[in-house]
Amino acid sequence: MGAVEKQRTQLPARDGWEYAPAPESREIVSFKDRYGLFIGGKEVTPRSRSWFTSVSPSTEEPLAEVAQAGAKDVALAVDAARGAFADWSSWKPSERAKVLFRIARVLQERSRELAVAESLDGGKPIKESRDVDLPLAAAHFFYYAGWADKLEYAFPNRRPRPLGVAAQIVPWNFPLLMLAWKIAPALACGNTVVLKPAETTPLTAMLFADVCRQAEVPPGVVNIVTGDGSTGAHLVRNHGIDKVAFTGSTEVGKAIQRELAGRGIPLTLELGGKAANIVFEDSALDQAVEGIVNGIYFNQGHVCCAGSRLLVQESIHDQLVRKLKRRMATLRVGDPLDKNTDVGAINSKAQLERIEELVASGTEEGAEIYQPPCRLPEKGWWFVPTVFTNVAQSHRIAREEIFGPVLSVLTFRTPDEAVEKANNTMYGLSAGVWTEKGSRILWMADRLRAGVVWGNTFNRFDPSSPFGGYKESGFGREGGRHGLEAYLRFE
Amino acid sequence: MSVRLPVKKTYKLFIGGAFPRSESGRTLELEGHNVARASRKDVRDAVVAARKGFADWSGATAYNRGQVLYRLAETMETRASALAAVCSGRREVARAVDRVVWYAGWADKLAQVLGSSNPVAGPYFNFTSPEPTGVVAVIAPDEPALDGLVARVVPAMVGGNAVVVVASEKHPLAAIELAESIATSDVPAGAFNVLTGLRAELAPVLAAHMDVNAIDVTGAGVDGDAAALEALAAENVKRVVRAREEQSPYEIESFLEMKTVWHPIGR
Amino acid sequence: MSQTLALPRSVELPGGGRLPRIGSVDAVALEARAAELAKRSIKRESKIYALELAIRMIDLTTLEGADTPGKIRALCAKAMHPDPEEPVPSVAAVCVYPSLVGVARRALDGSGVKVASVATAFPSGQASIDVKLADVRAAVEAGADEIDMVIDRGAFLSGRIGQVYEEVVAVKDACGDAHLKVILETGELGTYDAVRKASLVAIAGGADFIKTSTGKVTPAATLPVTLCMLEVIRDVYDETGLVIGMKPAGGIRTAKQAIQYLCVLHETLGGEWMTPDLFRFGASSLLNDVLLQLRKQRTGIYRSPDEFTLD
Repeated sequence: MGAVEKQRTQLPARDGWEYAPAPESREIVSFKDRYGLFIGGKEVTPRSRSWFTSVSPSTEEPLAEVAQAGAKDVALAVDAARGAFADWSSWKPSERAKVLFRIARVLQERSRELAVAESLDGGKPIKESRDVDLPLAAAHFFYYAGWADKLEYAFPNRRPRPLGVAAQIVPWNFPLLMLAWKIAPALACGNTVVLKPAETTPLTAMLFADVCRQAEVPPGVVNIVTGDGSTGAHLVRNHGIDKVAFTGSTEVGKAIQRELAGRGIPLTLELGGKAANIVFEDSALDQAVEGIVNGIYFNQGHVCCAGSRLLVQESIHDQLVRKLKRRMATLRVGDPLDKNTDVGAINSKAQLERIEELVASGTEEGAEIYQPPCRLPEKGWWFVPTVFTNVAQSHRIAREEIFGPVLSVLTFRTPDEAVEKANNTMYGLSAGVWTEKGSRILWMADRLRAGVVWGNTFNRFDPSSPFGGYKESGFGREGGRHGLEAYLRFE
Repeated sequence: MSVRLPVKKTYKLFIGGAFPRSESGRTLELEGHNVARASRKDVRDAVVAARKGFADWSGATAYNRGQVLYRLAETMETRASALAAVCSGRREVARAVDRVVWYAGWADKLAQVLGSSNPVAGPYFNFTSPEPTGVVAVIAPDEPALDGLVARVVPAMVGGNAVVVVASEKHPLAAIELAESIATSDVPAGAFNVLTGLRAELAPVLAAHMDVNAIDVTGAGVDGDAAALEALAAENVKRVVRAREEQSPYEIESFLEMKTVWHPIGR
Repeated sequence: MSQTLALPRSVELPGGGRLPRIGSVDAVALEARAAELAKRSIKRESKIYALELAIRMIDLTTLEGADTPGKIRALCAKAMHPDPEEPVPSVAAVCVYPSLVGVARRALDGSGVKVASVATAFPSGQASIDVKLADVRAAVEAGADEIDMVIDRGAFLSGRIGQVYEEVVAVKDACGDAHLKVILETGELGTYDAVRKASLVAIAGGADFIKTSTGKVTPAATLPVTLCMLEVIRDVYDETGLVIGMKPAGGIRTAKQAIQYLCVLHETLGGEWMTPDLFRFGASSLLNDVLLQLRKQRTGIYRSPDEFTLD
């Protein structure tokens, strides 16, 4: 005991080191004032003669004008895709592969420019667009390029054939990456596409049109129509399409499923989630905290598979929550183009209002809120990383998808109870399990009704790894050999 | 009046990412050039380099290997005229480049097509995944000079193996030109090695070498030579491989081991 | 008289004053977190601040068989005035073998730069406890302010944890007023779990600082192993109130690396630990690279290593 008495117990005064701003230069990207629609390999003025502005959510400054495609514009795009399909689907598959390899390479070469564009248009930190979105987007094209001329090995004894024109609608949380997840497998299988980017994040799709030019993608193979929800509705209602792939909210997914009823058009849906991140008492605690933080604050929580419910074993609840709150206080919220920013802007005013409404319900219903001290910028749309403790399964914040940096903490006592609570939702996209016991990870994985289970990690993506949900989180898988199925028919 | 003399290339061995002469100092005149005549000690050095190269190459992710091999295709495409000069011509080079692209795309898909999750009768998670066997000796086919070699080497490499090639005696230059493409394509040193010289001198040494895991005898012909190599290979139970299909993931599988892992599933 | 058995080792008792549980460290997640922290972009005034702090945290080291009094005197001159042309702070300490502590003491007299000495049969620790303690006492008598001991890795890796603990206790006692750094030699321990365990044992035995390496084995200091040890220190502070320091040593050669270590420190333990009293760099060639980067920051021009003295 004498030795310990000689050790120090006085904390020195806190040092005042502050990181200076470290902005990534915007000069690498230049947006045009106005972008037309990308149809038949060309930029065309919309027949609708209607335009809208895409703004930067971190500063509210306008970035560029894009076209609001109407029904006629959408029809022209579908026609162009249909016109290109006969030729494209008759190409030697190994030559189609080469086009996709080229796209992958151009994405890698222009990766910094596209990352800056993505952060400006969508609000996510440059650290993420540069290190996650862009590399994964290029990797998806690389991976699917390799399948284009190997389909007979992916589906032995069946004769895989393309479907035709694929209508694809992508969300605003990972604009370019979701575009890659859709276009790469579709093209690899010999289809042509009409893609509609989200209303608030059209710009990297417009830059992608230029990537297609550099890669010499034949005209009409990729068509991009910008606009709001009505553009997407026109696309789904168009009778010239052969396939629909949608990633977005569960509500819109259901509407699309209704619209397609009886039309015999294959559909894949990747919808919302309310994933449980389950932490057992024997987990590697500090690393579990990192996984929790990554699970809900990565990309501002705008992630369908976000770990928005923390289910922590009751025996370690207090210790874990203490560590979590302390860790939240080191998150840097601010300018997406600052290389040190961890949490960026909320994508739109509308989304911010949805988050605020749900957070208010949390306190009303009796949960306890914590938000670390945080200085937010004056302009733009921001929300401080938030955690609720004392949450009940019945609270709205435990049942509804918030799609923001808000975590709800609940407890469990045994593995069976954890499974029960985790599965007690209409969603089923993903789940996390934290324990040092291998057999328990596998046991939990067996029983969790979720399309993706992460053991001792979270938010890991790879083009070779199939991703998709159970129940109202959607159906169909993207990534891997399984991801090809959505874009083929079998003779 | 003077005519411009071309600068003549010196064709040396390719070992451990470098181009050394044979330690024996010997050369042979083949295809109009002095070509290094490798010795048993060069074989020894090549296998040591390959073992080290294997650690680096198999330690890369499958995605990375696919990207590196795609880069090899890019490099070969831009060196097409140099390659065409040492084989039957441009058409063969185009076939070889396309073959490299084809195999490159397999790197990150092998586990999905050749591996499996196995439904054993008990509370165990069980999966089988392919792994590279290690150092692979390749006896280069004489014809086609470039594409024939590529068709054996690239399937071996895409799965993560390191390769030691005994070049064709008739057409050794194609192997060295290929080595030059590989040397500028981010392939780790030692993952690919070429020994030029007399096959009868070099192949048996490799076939008997105890630190070589597999030997591809496609290029050794159908006479007694191949049989003799197979007999030597038995000493450390080398995998003896011969081409069966023109181009297929099962050509890759010939150079892979299958590892099966069990783990209980329980609370 | 009845005897009750103690509860099994991993069962936590209520009440304070007990060291945190050993537990596990997930290597993949730990390394990913360290890699994220290494991406911090430290610019302008915050970079100058970090570089100057780094200088003040250096234990300028020479631990060679060929060390002579002349070499030590040159090192001490550099330690006191690292840059002859600029007003730059002194380093925290010099670190030498016990036989040269006297020379260092005299050279540094009055300067505020401390004398740290390695001891306990550094670097291997393969000697009897008596020899190791005599080594410590000799260094202390010669005037060392700080003792950097090595744990007995042979004992640790063969499960004789009690012996490791008792040696730390004995060395701490022999240190007198000198403060004690305990070198774990993380490159020999094999896993982060073992590093965590060794850290707790060292702290339990009386360590004032836990230190990664002797610098004689590769790998020496790394960002992930440093993060692992800082997390132990954080848990110890939370559970007991003890304030323990940390020293990564070996393999830190560039200013860029030093700044990465400071980011890991800053975001794990916070501002209170950002002082030479609680964090040191065990390094030698690092100093000149920090001076070079500092001059570049101040002048805007890329510099040459020739501009800085080699002592």
